[in-house]
Amino acid sequence: MTAEPLKAGPAPGMSRRRRRRLVLGGQYGAFVVVVAVLAALADWPQLQDNFANYGKAKGLFPEILTVGLRNTVVLTALGFAIGLVLGLVLALMRLSSAAPYRWTATAYIEVFRGLPLLLIFVFVGFGVPLAFPGRTVPGGTTGAGALALGLVAAAYMAETIRAGIEAVPKGQMEAARSLGMPYGRAMASIVIPQAFRIVIPPMTNQLVLLCKDSSLIMFLGISLGGRDLTKFGRDLAGQLGNTTPIVVAGVCYLIITIPLSQLARWLEARQRRGER
Amino acid sequence: MSARKGPGGPAEPAGDAGAAAIEIRGLRKSFGDNEVLSGIDFHVDAGEVVCVIGPSGSGKSTLLRCVNLLEEPSAGTVRVAGAEVTDPDIDIDAARRRIGMVFQSFNLFPHLTALGNVTIAQRKVLKRDRAEAERVARANLERVGLADKVAEYPGRLSGGQQQRVAIARALAMDPRVMLFDEPTSALDPELVGDVLGVMRELAEDGMTMLVVTHEMSFAREVADRVVFMDGGVVVEEGPPSRVLDDPEHERTRTFLARVLDPAGQGP
Ligand SMILES: Nc1ncnc2c1ncn2[C@@H]1O[C@H](COP(=O)(O)OP(=O)(O)O)[C@@H](O)[C@H]1O
Ligand SMILES: [Mg+2]
Repeated sequence: MTAEPLKAGPAPGMSRRRRRRLVLGGQYGAFVVVVAVLAALADWPQLQDNFANYGKAKGLFPEILTVGLRNTVVLTALGFAIGLVLGLVLALMRLSSAAPYRWTATAYIEVFRGLPLLLIFVFVGFGVPLAFPGRTVPGGTTGAGALALGLVAAAYMAETIRAGIEAVPKGQMEAARSLGMPYGRAMASIVIPQAFRIVIPPMTNQLVLLCKDSSLIMFLGISLGGRDLTKFGRDLAGQLGNTTPIVVAGVCYLIITIPLSQLARWLEARQRRGER
Repeated sequence: MSARKGPGGPAEPAGDAGAAAIEIRGLRKSFGDNEVLSGIDFHVDAGEVVCVIGPSGSGKSTLLRCVNLLEEPSAGTVRVAGAEVTDPDIDIDAARRRIGMVFQSFNLFPHLTALGNVTIAQRKVLKRDRAEAERVARANLERVGLADKVAEYPGRLSGGQQQRVAIARALAMDPRVMLFDEPTSALDPELVGDVLGVMRELAEDGMTMLVVTHEMSFAREVADRVVFMDGGVVVEEGPPSRVLDDPEHERTRTFLARVLDPAGQGP
């Protein structure tokens, strides 16, 4: 070949950086063209009337917040609380030296992670009242929905919490025990507080998932006052014959989920920087 | 040297006063097929300082961890302050309260301040109220020279400071004996002196101490007796002047030659 193997590649006279700039410029150009064509094809007045109808959007307030958003937040918070408590118990069972506890926890986790969420909702909402006639989950449909969310969240959180507990150095438990703390006390005062610090970012992501999954409550046949964001948006879209309520409901979700995701990302980055 | 055995500390007699503070008989410990301790017998008298030396992997840490049952011995008995910790019926948490332990890697609780590290077990285990626990903690932090670091988190302390907090944390429980597992091995050389100084004062105050260390000058100056371990057995023990300067056994001589002149062993 030629005597200059190191300079292979770009056309003669063109620096590597210049060439890269050209390629990038070409990509941006193509992107702008695609967006422009799509925009030109769209029927803007029609779109705006259907998706972002200001008058119809205005009519949704304040109920979409006081009913829809409120119920979504309540469901998410309750589900998270149930999941956290049950998840912690399951994590401790997984770590127990008693084999039956470990098996029970493992079975629970595998079952609830292996089933569709909707099936769990239907099971808790309709199956439980059928199986125990005369009994209902406290809190009505909202209670049933929160329970279903919490039961499933617990299975995921248990694994996260267990990993967090295992990530706490063994010397911490040993130091606590050598000071005379019983196992449970050492867990509660020394290990779990450190484990929770480790699992805050994944838990925040779990909260985002719960917030979105709470929309499955609509399959449980909720009362007007119990409607969450999705159901509320859907009902009003039906009544008004317009998609705007669904778009507004979507924006409400994003107002919750995007800051939470960002928070999780920030916490994660901070943890990575601050780790010992 | 024995002038130190004096009045220091909370030396209430534990039923059988005058008995050894730590008494180890026929102690064996295996991990699976690997026998790490193959029959250890020795004792530490009240107020005595005993240093354990020996090559890495000889079972020194395991021996210490058997004394407060962080490891469960496979055979043999261990008595501390008159209580047999190897008795299956003993309240092990109660027994551990009387045995302070200091680890090579400090093991401070990173989510608590220095004060929190020293108060938490007092409050949760000894049920002292906050004011009392903090009073004891401040006194002990001052004792190890860290009165001004009370509010710091471990992450902001040097290794030497962390180890001294760990010593204060153990002392705050009013232990009858203190176990040290290579307390200065993880420290930068210039920080070793502070920790050894604290341990020396502790010895002068009459604390019963069992110390695994590679600091030969500390062993020589502070220990009442030195125990040389190798391969899971006590090879020889005696006053530091004899074991360190005039050892009987070839294995001891080889070990000491290596430790005292580390450059000499290079490949
Ligand atoms: N938890 C454990 N499981 C299995 N083997 C262990 C364990 N702890 C210590 N050992 C083994 O016991 C031997 C002695 O270890 P150790 O007591 O730490 O020695 P030293 O402190 O004298 O260096 C080593 O061979 C080590 O691998
Ligand atoms: Mg060791």
